[in-house]
Amino acid sequence: MSATAVHSLWTTAADPIDKIDAPNIEYGQLAPTLIVIGAAVIGVLIEAFVPRKSRYYAQLFVSVVALAAAFAAVVALAAGGYGTTKARIAAMGAIAVDGPALFLQGTILLAGLVAIFTFAERKLDPVAHGNRVDSFVAQAGAVPGSEGEQAATKAGFATTEVFPLALFAIGGMLVFPSANDLLTFFIALEVFSLPLYLLCALARRKRLMSQEAAVKYFLLGAFASAFTLFGIALIYGYAGSVSYGTVAKVVDGTITTVDPALAGTMGNDALLLIGSAMIVMGLLFKVGAVPFHMWTPDVYQGAPTPVTGFMAAATKVAAFGALLRLLYVVLPGLRWDWRPVMYGVAVITMLGGAIVAITQTDIKRLLAYSSIAHAGFILAGVIATTKDGVSSVLFYLGAYSFVTIGAFAVVTLVRDAGGEATHLSKWAGLGRRSPLVAAVFAVFLLAFAGIPLTSGFSGKFAVFKAAAEGGAGALVVVGVISSAIAAFFYIRVIVLMFFSEPKADGPTVAVPSPLTMTAIGLGVAVTLVLGVAPQYFLDLASQSGVFVR
Amino acid sequence: MSFPLLTATAALPAVGAIATAAVPAARRTAAKWLALFFSLATLVLAVVVAVRFDPDGDRYQLTESRAWISDFGVRYELGVDGIGVALIALTALLIPFIILAGWHDADPLETKSSRWRPTQGFFALILAVEAMVIISFEATDVFLFYIFFEAMLIPMYFLIGGFGDRAHAGSDEKASAQRSYAAVKFLLYNLVGGLIMLAAVIGLYVVAGNFSLQEIAEARANGSLDMATNTERLLFLGFFFAFAVKAPLWPLHTWLPNAMGEATAPVAVLITAVVDKGGTFAMLRFCLQLFPEASKWATPAILVLALISIIYGALLAVGQRDIKRLVAYASISHFGFIILGIFAMTSQGQSGATLYMVNHGLSTAALMLVAGFLISRRGSRLIADYGGVQKVAPVLAGTFLIGGLATLSLPGLAPFVSEFLVLVGTFARYPAVGIIATFGIVLAALYTLVLYQRTMTGPVKPEVASMPDLKVRELAVVAPLIALLIVLGVYPKPVTELVNPAVKHTMSDVQKKDPKPEVEAAK
Repeated sequence: MSATAVHSLWTTAADPIDKIDAPNIEYGQLAPTLIVIGAAVIGVLIEAFVPRKSRYYAQLFVSVVALAAAFAAVVALAAGGYGTTKARIAAMGAIAVDGPALFLQGTILLAGLVAIFTFAERKLDPVAHGNRVDSFVAQAGAVPGSEGEQAATKAGFATTEVFPLALFAIGGMLVFPSANDLLTFFIALEVFSLPLYLLCALARRKRLMSQEAAVKYFLLGAFASAFTLFGIALIYGYAGSVSYGTVAKVVDGTITTVDPALAGTMGNDALLLIGSAMIVMGLLFKVGAVPFHMWTPDVYQGAPTPVTGFMAAATKVAAFGALLRLLYVVLPGLRWDWRPVMYGVAVITMLGGAIVAITQTDIKRLLAYSSIAHAGFILAGVIATTKDGVSSVLFYLGAYSFVTIGAFAVVTLVRDAGGEATHLSKWAGLGRRSPLVAAVFAVFLLAFAGIPLTSGFSGKFAVFKAAAEGGAGALVVVGVISSAIAAFFYIRVIVLMFFSEPKADGPTVAVPSPLTMTAIGLGVAVTLVLGVAPQYFLDLASQSGVFVR
Repeated sequence: MSFPLLTATAALPAVGAIATAAVPAARRTAAKWLALFFSLATLVLAVVVAVRFDPDGDRYQLTESRAWISDFGVRYELGVDGIGVALIALTALLIPFIILAGWHDADPLETKSSRWRPTQGFFALILAVEAMVIISFEATDVFLFYIFFEAMLIPMYFLIGGFGDRAHAGSDEKASAQRSYAAVKFLLYNLVGGLIMLAAVIGLYVVAGNFSLQEIAEARANGSLDMATNTERLLFLGFFFAFAVKAPLWPLHTWLPNAMGEATAPVAVLITAVVDKGGTFAMLRFCLQLFPEASKWATPAILVLALISIIYGALLAVGQRDIKRLVAYASISHFGFIILGIFAMTSQGQSGATLYMVNHGLSTAALMLVAGFLISRRGSRLIADYGGVQKVAPVLAGTFLIGGLATLSLPGLAPFVSEFLVLVGTFARYPAVGIIATFGIVLAALYTLVLYQRTMTGPVKPEVASMPDLKVRELAVVAPLIALLIVLGVYPKPVTELVNPAVKHTMSDVQKKDPKPEVEAAK
């Protein structure tokens, strides 16, 4: 497929009909996405046709098998050399199959798999009317507190739709970092965002808060999407194409022929600058970078905790992947324009996230601000504009997502009568009552803080090293200062857990099923392995550091 | 490849930590014996290291080198010079005493919960600290060193915050708040220092392309690695800041009195006698070797800070009402001497500083552990609560006196030799500095003797009238330490012979020669 992929669709539309070729789709190379989306469709059919009692098991089975199969497909593609020598652009120029795409898809799939385990957890909430229940509302349509809701609970309804919703979201996330034209990019953005908005609203407890979170997320997300879409339109006006490769060539001046239909706008730098700024804005919203972070704490707090963990990990991976591709493939010619801006964003994101986190009193909000600070650290790797920068970001994302899911999974375990006890004061003395759970959470916190021998340190070192080599030494200094600030509040939680006396009416720690245990155990294992012996994964990330164009 | 002796020395306590932590809750005593066994086995290995080490051989011996994280240019590289051997020996020697002295410190107050296993945790954490300290003395790769230099903060933090001094009423709210304040202060100070060092570590990589101490030092010496003056100074400051927090040097010292005051006496010894040595050791090994020019550039400022530490620490020690805080401020004063010796840039000064690290470890351990025994008997840390102890517990008082005399560098006890060397070495190059530092000794006499006088002499206070004397376990802790203090005071040659060649190397790194006339160091 030529570089002017989508544009050529319109210019050939006037030609005689017999010249239209059937699109050439490389199904094998797109297998990971296709498997997940296919499984999501099957999930919808299960909702329609399978008896209510068996739905949970059928959905869980389909999701796990699909994610595992898709991961296997990613591994097969990577083993087949598609990440390195055979990297190519597939599906008529719409999808790139290359190292970063495969690495991120693998990360998203594994994170998604672990997240599905936490979605399926049914041992934590007390049994309601003889039915084991998960973290999701019995019937999403029932008004909170109404008789309808009670009836639904009594009847043992369950929102098993969360599984296909999650699969759709994962499907969109798989496409997002590998999209190779702006329209595919936008569609992927919507495909993964819409199910997430819904998932946020489905908490079993504190439903009003959950719905409020979903509305906030949706409204702000819709704004961000609109900005992105407008930016795409402006870029099209500038370049006469939405294909990444063509836009890049127009930006760096290799293509100078002006499309007669766009003679008035093409090559106008104002369009390029405003358009790319708007697209980047949309992406910065998704990664939760300051000043586009306002939604993060509210949504993280209100959403059902398994969804929060999933969102915090997988969305960040997908969005940073797309950001990398956009900046490194489409806009490298604009480097001198976006680099100072991203530099500034990285600085205020690191500092802002770390400073505001200090005053938080809710564990989920605290983790939300911590995720903002981490977005800043990752941005430090993004602005390195070197191959090392790419691979350090890939590594960081992989390391970070498992810590995050693990940490939120631990949050689901600490409960009192009102459900999860997320207020920090309730965590006092947890280390005395449940040393193991507190120790595991402490490991995650230390990883967030970037203490050596945890994955957080390896990741932080990788991005800071890349940034320093890319000539951003001052950014590294800001980075270590905000790490120090951030360390303060992670340590505060550890102090609370281990050195405070437990309260009499404190929360209990529920014993989870093997599903959540797997999620947490995997989180701890990845945290320690990437901390002590990260070489294999660094190699993997550095082999995956080259984009196809 | 021969047997990886250095790895084994560091790994053994780590294995011991895991094994101790795994002992079931009810078998508390077994955990203690297990920890003691592992610490003694480590001591044996440390002795083997010291015996196998040839002072006149290569600079770094028993080296090991393996690929580790090639993406970061990091190798698993170990090697010891004389200074490292001396400090490893000190660490391995002190840990069994610390364990023995803290035998009952972590017994749970109530034994209701079957899951809460403080005793196992306490001893496992001590062994974990030992493992990390030893490997940081062995690392010749800057990154490897950094990792363990930082990571040891975590077990240390739990030791300070989790196992407070019973004497200050174990369970009441205020004591527990003070304790966690001390632990957090300790961690934050050191973490900030470490993170600033991290920026410098990354900067070093950008400049040098790898982390191997030997390679970088060699490249610097033969001129193939040229650093811009400003770059070198910034990197030096990044490293030095972290070490000065840990050492601790005025004005970054304020965490130490809190930490030592709130921690149990054995943990306080662990902090000041073992962990803090990492800071001064790293100044010698990393600051001087990697950044010789910047070290010389910074010397005047550092000497002034060291002088302030000596005098200020001693003055504050005079004014303390709390026994443990007094020892902490005395330590700050002593660390001032060590840093003075290092940056005087004379071989007597640096030999003296290294010797001082060992002797300060021994003397502080003796004084602090006896003080801990005293405090645990009376249940108070305040000097005013004691009086006339020597009449009821003469052995305790006697050992306390010897520990105190060692702290004030009485001739005949080990610290005298090192303090003398430091002063001579400093005087040879900076006479004024040497003269001012001498006042530190006068003040040391004041705070130690006044402490002894107030607590041990005079009329017997009714609260201490029934105080029992040292028990067998406690004697087993104190007697060997005092014996060592006396032996090394009379015959310091084994240590100086170990240390002197290493110091010669360091001196040649900074291209400094001793000023005339040459003084033969402690023959």
